[in-house]
Amino acid sequence: MINILLIIIPLFSGLALFLIRNDFVRRNLIVVCSGAHLALTCLTWLKRSNPALAGWFMFDNVSIIFLTITSILFFGASVYAVRYLADESLEHLDEAEKPQIFSREAVFSGCFLLFLTTMTIVIASQHLAVLWVGVEATTLASAPLIYFHRTKRSLEATWKYLLICSVGIAMALLGIFFLAVANNNHSDLLLGKMIAHAAGMNIPWLKAAFLLLFVGYGTKMGIAPFHTWLPDAHSEAPSVVSALLSGALLNCAFLGILRVYQICIAAGLQAYCQELFMFFGLLSIVFAAVFILKQPDYKRMLAYSSVEHMGIITLGIGLGGSAVFGSMVNMIGHSLTKAGLFFIAGNILSYFKTKKIGEIQGLIRGEMQWSGVLWLVGFLIITGTPPSGIFFAKFIILKQALLQKHYGMTFIFLAALAIVFIGMARIFISMTQGPAIKIVGQGDLNKHNRGNAFLSLVPSALFFGLAISLGVYFPAWLSKALAIAAKELGGL
Amino acid sequence: MNNLGDFVVIIVLLMNLMMLSSSRIRTCIRIVAGQGILIGCMPLLNDFHLILPGMVISASLSIILKGFVFPWLLFRAVQEANIKKEVEPVGGYPLSLLIGVMIFALSFWLSTRLVYTKPLVSHLAAPVSFATFFTGAFIIVSRMKAITQVIGYLLLENGIYLFGAAFLSEQSLLVELAILLDIFVAVFVMGIAIFHISREFDHIDTQKLSELKDSIISKQDI
Amino acid sequence: MYLKIAQFILILILSPFLFGVINRTKAFFAGRKGSPLLQLYYDIFKLLRKGAVYSTTTSKFFIAGPIVSLSAVLTALLLIPFAGQPALISFDGDIVLFIYLLGLARFFTVLAALDTGSSFEGMGASREVQFAMFVEPALFLSLAVLTRITGQSSLSGIFSNARMSSWVTYDPLIILVLGALFIVFLAENSRIPVDDPNTHLELTMIHEVMVLDHGGVDFAYIMYSAGIKFWLFGTLLVGIFLKGYSCGQVTASVVFILGMILLAVIVGIVESTLARLRLLKVPHFLIVALALAIVALIISMR
Repeated sequence: MINILLIIIPLFSGLALFLIRNDFVRRNLIVVCSGAHLALTCLTWLKRSNPALAGWFMFDNVSIIFLTITSILFFGASVYAVRYLADESLEHLDEAEKPQIFSREAVFSGCFLLFLTTMTIVIASQHLAVLWVGVEATTLASAPLIYFHRTKRSLEATWKYLLICSVGIAMALLGIFFLAVANNNHSDLLLGKMIAHAAGMNIPWLKAAFLLLFVGYGTKMGIAPFHTWLPDAHSEAPSVVSALLSGALLNCAFLGILRVYQICIAAGLQAYCQELFMFFGLLSIVFAAVFILKQPDYKRMLAYSSVEHMGIITLGIGLGGSAVFGSMVNMIGHSLTKAGLFFIAGNILSYFKTKKIGEIQGLIRGEMQWSGVLWLVGFLIITGTPPSGIFFAKFIILKQALLQKHYGMTFIFLAALAIVFIGMARIFISMTQGPAIKIVGQGDLNKHNRGNAFLSLVPSALFFGLAISLGVYFPAWLSKALAIAAKELGGL
Repeated sequence: MNNLGDFVVIIVLLMNLMMLSSSRIRTCIRIVAGQGILIGCMPLLNDFHLILPGMVISASLSIILKGFVFPWLLFRAVQEANIKKEVEPVGGYPLSLLIGVMIFALSFWLSTRLVYTKPLVSHLAAPVSFATFFTGAFIIVSRMKAITQVIGYLLLENGIYLFGAAFLSEQSLLVELAILLDIFVAVFVMGIAIFHISREFDHIDTQKLSELKDSIISKQDI
Repeated sequence: MYLKIAQFILILILSPFLFGVINRTKAFFAGRKGSPLLQLYYDIFKLLRKGAVYSTTTSKFFIAGPIVSLSAVLTALLLIPFAGQPALISFDGDIVLFIYLLGLARFFTVLAALDTGSSFEGMGASREVQFAMFVEPALFLSLAVLTRITGQSSLSGIFSNARMSSWVTYDPLIILVLGALFIVFLAENSRIPVDDPNTHLELTMIHEVMVLDHGGVDFAYIMYSAGIKFWLFGTLLVGIFLKGYSCGQVTASVVFILGMILLAVIVGIVESTLARLRLLKVPHFLIVALALAIVALIISMR
């Protein structure tokens, strides 16, 4: 029942949001709905519900972690969005909006909840074709979110996002068909059944299927060299949306890959898959490092940092052993921290009205000081400075790499991490230090205090707190849950 | 060997090549629509006693969508967005055509690597579906207009559908419908995007969509 | 043996007749009465009675051109079977000789054209060679497909092979090959849409412009070898189309000749309905033939 509720509640409220004309009701409904989603997620932790709809929807040991991340992020984002939407509507008050069937904000809030729905479908589905439908639906639900600003640049980003992801997902569909062929005797695509029958699968077809699905979902996940849509979409989307794309969507796409990986493990293809994971993981890290180094745009910089972290997570899965556990921790840490950073980036953007790093300085001294402080804290966490969860995760992954005697890889990995740290440090320090820039004019009281507005800071602060606490105090129940999930994903 | 199946599959292949060498957007839309109809018929080419009512439903739905609804949407887009009628490939038509042939050779090689023992509608179904898939992908990267990219995407979907129709005829109906619906929405959303692009940029040349990019050596230093 | 020689002589006599059929068809579609069916014979006889004038700038190659072309084409004709009957000469791998004989004919025509030193003829020669670059592989690959289907590597073997008659198995392949060969046929015989045999504008001509300076007997040779070439390529098409049509020798011959006449009518229809392609577009058209042949070859690989 809970499984179905988790999907139905955001679905229907999302559809309803398109029709609601009152701004206050609409904004609060998002928060209420996300809150309900989070509450239901907590309930799922307490008591695993039975599979629903012929076993198509169920939360197993792996997906519950993804569900929790997504749910927490959405709740934080919805709180942030209230503030964000209010600001946006104030800003565009003078612009005579063209009469449209749905107002811009209604489309945004509706799609926001539909985005949550589709991601829940991806996470919950045990049927691989349904999972595919869910991933495709996330693209479609999030495209209007990216196009929120209705500018040329956001349109360009939306187009690239739509096209590249659609092609990637089409490739994944072919992969699913291959999987069905590999599964010759049993036409059912249910995960549990496939794992049970994995031993009798047709190996060449399964290999091809994994490759196609890896590239297909990898496109959506932002694995280099298929990540090209990611910086564009992340930089042009509203910051709330960037946070969700980076923190939740990429993970969901990764879940798609992990599902197939589970089947491949059962079919005895683990080594083949791990090689792919390691290669593309390392490639993503190196790609990201190269592009972060001279990045002039701070939102794009964050996007490349997401590519880097997706690379780390993939690498960890590829190494196997305890590194899988590290990957899971890194995923949680990255999602929380990156979302928080994007919220702050949204604050900075709405105050300075520029995404150029060179035009911003003195964040911690000016009116934006709290945002500035959080910006620095977020930087330290995301680059893996102890004592954060991400440090802990990277440490485990490195240890595993050394244990397996992948010295060359370890070297490249460390060098890339160092480059990322240097590149990001330069950007963050130049933005936060120096004399403060005072934005005068516009003479709006509301704007004056925006950077410090309580609601726009709390989600980030909370997320950062959680991310740090992962490194300081790791609750036993979470550790146990992660260990079980890691075991199912070929780890220890 | 099913002769009719072979014929249909080879016509699908020739349509790919036609697509690569035709210069008019309207022709391209017609080709992709015709291909959609042909591929939609594929599941019905099996032996008669294997045809289930569900297959007829999904086949007819896909024929209606791919053969009539999508082309209608695309034609509307061409008309309303005042799109120029030339396809404008990167590198010219003869080169595209030769690449199309190479794609087929590659697909053929790929299909020989993947062994499948059960009888199929046509022994050429696998290579042609791969070729259609890759041709679609090639059209997406080599054509400059947003609308031709959507056509390429449809071609790619046709390839996948052909594969599914040939190899997985007994797949569950619900899933197939969901997939069709998804593609439908995708084309719809892309159609909307095309409208917006043509309004904002006065053209739908995606080469002009190049404000967002990174280079390793950025032009302006921080 | 005598029968074969008789058939050979029959072809020698018959081949110019097909041009008359084409012209009549075109005249019919244009609403004209048209030239007589035997016009090409009249032209050839008229030219044979005349002498030739040779420019002082030309060398022996200019004289050799038409003669070598004609003899190469006639030798090729010896290899080609008639109505499912083996040809006069036939051995394994004679398709390669066949293609090279045609290449030799082309080579000497081009040499003779270049020998004149005229810019027009040089232009025609360059076009001829450029287009041959696409046509020859297409022809080669098409014949390779036929070889793969039948397991025979001689022309007579291919066309008299029983497996050719199994329409059911090789249908799609045969249609692809027919498509490729038809384009090759149009291009090699300088027909619309590749080249217009009736054009009067040197800038747009391909074959005609190469032979502008030939006259008298030489030109008669050229016209006659054009007729033979038409028959050669026509035989490939009609031979595949009728595929081992088995019946009495006489009936088969009659059916075959009727098939050739039908082909000429089809060419006439094509010429009356299509316009000549822009020169820049011609390679595109020829690559279609190449593409079809490659596709057929790939399919026949399994």
